Amino acid sequence: MRVNLTVNGRATAADDVWEGESLLYVLRERLGLPGAKNACEQGECGSCTVYLDGTPVCACLVAAGQAEGREVVTVEGLSRGGTPFPDAGPAHGDVSGEGLHEVQRAFLDAGAVQCGFCTPGLVVQAHALLAEADGVPPDADIREALAGNLCRCTGYEKILDAVRLAATRLRPPP
Amino acid sequence: MDFLRPRTWAEALDLKAARPEATPIQGGTDVMVEINLDKGRPAALLDLTPIPELREWSREGDVIRLGAGVTYARLIGELGACLPGLAQASRTVGSPQIRNRGTVAGNLGAASPAGDSHPPLLACDAVVEAESVRGARLIPIGEFYTGVKRNALAPDELIRAVRVPVARGPQYFSKIGTRNAMVIAVCSFSIALHAAERRVGTGVGSAAPTPRRAVAAEEFAAARLDWQGRSPLDPGVARRFGELVAGAAAPIDDVRGRAAYRTHALAVLARRALGWAWADFRADTRADSGRDSGRDSGGGSGAGDDRGSA
Ligand SMILES: Cc1cc2nc3c(=O)[nH]c(=O)nc-3n(C[C@H](O)[C@H](O)[C@H](O)COP(=O)(O)OP(=O)(O)OC[C@H]3O[C@@H](n4cnc5c(N)ncnc54)[C@H](O)[C@@H]3O)c2cc1C
Ligand code: FES
Ligand code: FES
Repeated sequence: MRVNLTVNGRATAADDVWEGESLLYVLRERLGLPGAKNACEQGECGSCTVYLDGTPVCACLVAAGQAEGREVVTVEGLSRGGTPFPDAGPAHGDVSGEGLHEVQRAFLDAGAVQCGFCTPGLVVQAHALLAEADGVPPDADIREALAGNLCRCTGYEKILDAVRLAATRLRPPP
Repeated sequence: MDFLRPRTWAEALDLKAARPEATPIQGGTDVMVEINLDKGRPAALLDLTPIPELREWSREGDVIRLGAGVTYARLIGELGACLPGLAQASRTVGSPQIRNRGTVAGNLGAASPAGDSHPPLLACDAVVEAESVRGARLIPIGEFYTGVKRNALAPDELIRAVRVPVARGPQYFSKIGTRNAMVIAVCSFSIALHAAERRVGTGVGSAAPTPRRAVAAEEFAAARLDWQGRSPLDPGVARRFGELVAGAAAPIDDVRGRAAYRTHALAVLARRALGWAWADFRADTRADSGRDSGRDSGGGSGAGDDRGSA
């Protein structure tokens, strides 16, 4: 089947989609957006987190057909001057980091990235948390927001640092 | 495999009648896991998420009619004060991403004995609104669970809504797991004090082939609690209540826990939950003791949030 959806602000369509396929597969394998990662395919790790109509969800648990007519934003879509869409710019990854969103930059600056596999999902989920937050969220709120994102490398402390850093930069104290 | 995409409720019912083997899908947090792990491919998926009215809830007298498509996240945010037991249980489901998609109706469709919404629905006498092209019917929650992962829906029926009475007294939900987030209950328990009727409701999860009430415990507590004088809870009554709740279970040994542990843990959960609920009841001196604060809820049930998870 064909699925029509908007990804990172651009209307697009995926063809020959299998009816049981996930949105994650469509993004990665049909639309060439490998930011959202495929690890568990059962909602347990959060590495596939994307926005669906403004709400962060596990893309691996959204049936492709459920994305028909809806808006998806992936980690690629959070950066400016990055590669919001595969054919929108240079090769994947903006090495200068200039177009990165504050949350993405904070993950780099805080050393919250080791192998990086969990990072796209954490960035989207942290982005969603900070979009709602007023100032630096209490630790308990950060932990709760990130409870569905597994990282096997960092031990999470640097990830918490990154979220606090991003929060401070997004809303500098008066 | 087909992907069926009804735009209206009537169309969904027609499709389900024509294709009873089609699997309804809402949040997909159960359905997609099965497909991804190749545990069985449905003949067709019937996507209910485009149907606007399923995403709505309304208050009809003393009952919340919770549309089948209302997510846990919205239930917590919008109905926390009037459905405190169900909201507490919802807060323990999966992770934020899962709660942004998953629904109570999906939990009922899956009918896992470990589903977190079942104990509070049992404790507060919820009613499942099922519908097919043949008409609508109301299934009392106690008659809904028919076996492990089986429910009372006919092949052509869909869940339209769940009718959940607004709390008329304290409610609590407790769950045992290895950590706070993302755990399937080892066992779980929910209590609702129906203060005006001087009645106690219970629900036991993950400790029998189906979620179930602990009827003997309910009757014992209703008779022994000092509804009139609101005197402190007799520790002996609390202990006995716990034993009777544990006695209502029929647990098995499995990867999450042994039967003996489940029985022990249930007795503890039930004893504590009764203690918390009774303390709230004593502290609330309004005539009917209801904690019915209407629909303008901010999404919390106060101290219950912390104490709800064991
Ligand atoms: C990582 C993860 C963690 C989880 N943690 C928990 C947890 O802590 N506690 C818990 O209880 N559950 C948990 N679950 C299971 C799941 O999230 C819940 O059962 C949820 O309530 C399912 O809702 P859904 O809308 O996603 O259902 P779906 O997956 O869309 O559907 C589930 C079942 O219900 C049927 N169905 C859906 N809608 C209808 C309808 N309107 N009428 C008739 N049948 C219908 C479907 O055909 C299917 O059989 C978890 C799942 C995942 C992936
Ligand atoms: S791949 Fe989707 S949650 Fe792990
Ligand atoms: S950095 Fe390797 S999984 Fe998180």
